[in-house]
Amino acid sequence: MRNIFAQELTKLAFEDKRVLLLSGDIGNKLFDEFKAAAPDRFYNCGVAEANMTGMAAGFAMSGFRPFTYTITPFATVRCLEQIRVDVCYHNLPVTIVGTGAGLSYAELGPTHHSCDDIGLLRMFPNISIVCPCDPIEVRLALRAAMKQNGPVYLRLGKKGEPNIHAGDPDFMIGRSITVRKGNDLCLLSTGNAMSLTLAVAEKLSEAGVSVRVESFHTVKPLDAALLAEVCDSYKTIATLEEHSLIGGLGSAVSEWMTDRGPGRCRLLRFGTGDHFLNIPGKQAYARAQYGFTVEKIVEKILKGRTV
Amino acid sequence: MTTANLRELQKIARVLRGRIIETSGRAKIPHLGSCLSCVDILVTLYYQALNIDPKNPKAEDRDRFLLSKGHAAPALFQLLAMRGFFPLSDLDNYGVDGSLFAEHPPAHGVPGVEAATGSLGHGLSIGIGMALASRTRKRSNKTVVLMSDGECNEGSVWEAAMFAAAQKLEKLIAIIDFNKWQATGRSREVMALDPFKEKWQAFGWSVYEVDGHDIEALADLFPKWPDGSGKPVAIIAHTIKGKGVSFMEDNNNWHYRTPKPDEVEAAKKELGLSGS
Repeated sequence: MRNIFAQELTKLAFEDKRVLLLSGDIGNKLFDEFKAAAPDRFYNCGVAEANMTGMAAGFAMSGFRPFTYTITPFATVRCLEQIRVDVCYHNLPVTIVGTGAGLSYAELGPTHHSCDDIGLLRMFPNISIVCPCDPIEVRLALRAAMKQNGPVYLRLGKKGEPNIHAGDPDFMIGRSITVRKGNDLCLLSTGNAMSLTLAVAEKLSEAGVSVRVESFHTVKPLDAALLAEVCDSYKTIATLEEHSLIGGLGSAVSEWMTDRGPGRCRLLRFGTGDHFLNIPGKQAYARAQYGFTVEKIVEKILKGRTV
Repeated sequence: MTTANLRELQKIARVLRGRIIETSGRAKIPHLGSCLSCVDILVTLYYQALNIDPKNPKAEDRDRFLLSKGHAAPALFQLLAMRGFFPLSDLDNYGVDGSLFAEHPPAHGVPGVEAATGSLGHGLSIGIGMALASRTRKRSNKTVVLMSDGECNEGSVWEAAMFAAAQKLEKLIAIIDFNKWQATGRSREVMALDPFKEKWQAFGWSVYEVDGHDIEALADLFPKWPDGSGKPVAIIAHTIKGKGVSFMEDNNNWHYRTPKPDEVEAAKKELGLSGS
């Protein structure tokens, strides 16, 4: 995802002189083309994310469209108050880009895990939270962010994710995209949980369950029309996210369902648990520690779904 | 600056102090000591040093001013009104529920306020963004950020200080209202601020020390820059918390206390504003 992000942002910088990239001392060589295209609109801000985010606000107040970019926890939690006050309170068109969503950098340890960013940022007024599921959605989300008049958080995976979509889907912030059709169960997947979600759907279909899959890329604002439709059409829906069950997509959907009032639809939530992973390992290992695997999820769905 | 000009500005500063104290007493707005320490700095900026037009507060080429010590908003609001950004009568409802005017500058709605501040350590970074934006757009304006000494406890200030120096932002001016107090203690004791001047120098800034109540000395500094050194400018303005009223000066109780009616009257008398 990060390569397509760099490519597309470079194109945007050519097209729009307001585009500006602030990097937190990462992406060695990744932004060489951007720097060549817009040398006066790229800043390596060093390892100083609070300052980087405050600067982005100052640039936006002066008419620019800044993108801040670094590893997810440092782009978000490290400078949370600058995001809250400088960016969100002023309602500025700053796009905060975190690379390495969830457990993407599992082997780097909990300092580099990011399973709390959605929950923390979701509480701030004005911000949109977008988690693309593949490189195509990254490209489209970037262009959509340029059309927003307020802050956007763009939660990227890492590199090498496969394309899910065959071509460019109709992409709008706040509008879910149907990836697979099915009648028995609907899976709402956000961000880098998509490959896993599709594998879950495949397994379930082998067990005779017809599964619909949505790329629910925008966690805020929620696609209320889609939620109403699936809650009325399915007896069971499930959320899948590489994020804590506290505060993420599953929380947001359960809040929405509670506010809507009693219904027939059952919600199952899949994500990471309420503990740090002290023993490092690769992404698949880390996911397994949280029970966030195809087998576990299929088992729980088959046991827990309402028929 | 002519003697007549200086006297006029000193009178404006006295009136501003009186208005701040009166409002603090009436609306129970704290941070009086912090407001009074930066009055002469604000008057110098808004009547002398800044290129601003109250009738066109969003002019592209305006100088930017950020009150990073946002708790001195009571001083800024009064000054903006006196300077003509909005009518003085707008401040009649100061501190009343539903009024824009309270303890910190809001993000929206007050002409002349560039940014919401109040959480300390944010203004310098925002100012760097603005200064770099101006440089990229080839605008000649300067960006001035007023901070408190207590604010320099915040690590983000030093992130910003290092970055501004790396960028050679010579049109960025940070003024530190060095009143020697923070909320609950002496600023030199709570954190090791000293050697303060050398600290800023070591971070790559051109540093000037000045009496922050000497309007003429403050005003004389600004024509010096940019001086070709390629360094951002730090002005350490030595001030007295609660300046202008004998029973408030250097008394940190006035960080949170608000004056009673008789204290308001006594303060105005000292400022030569009785009966006004």
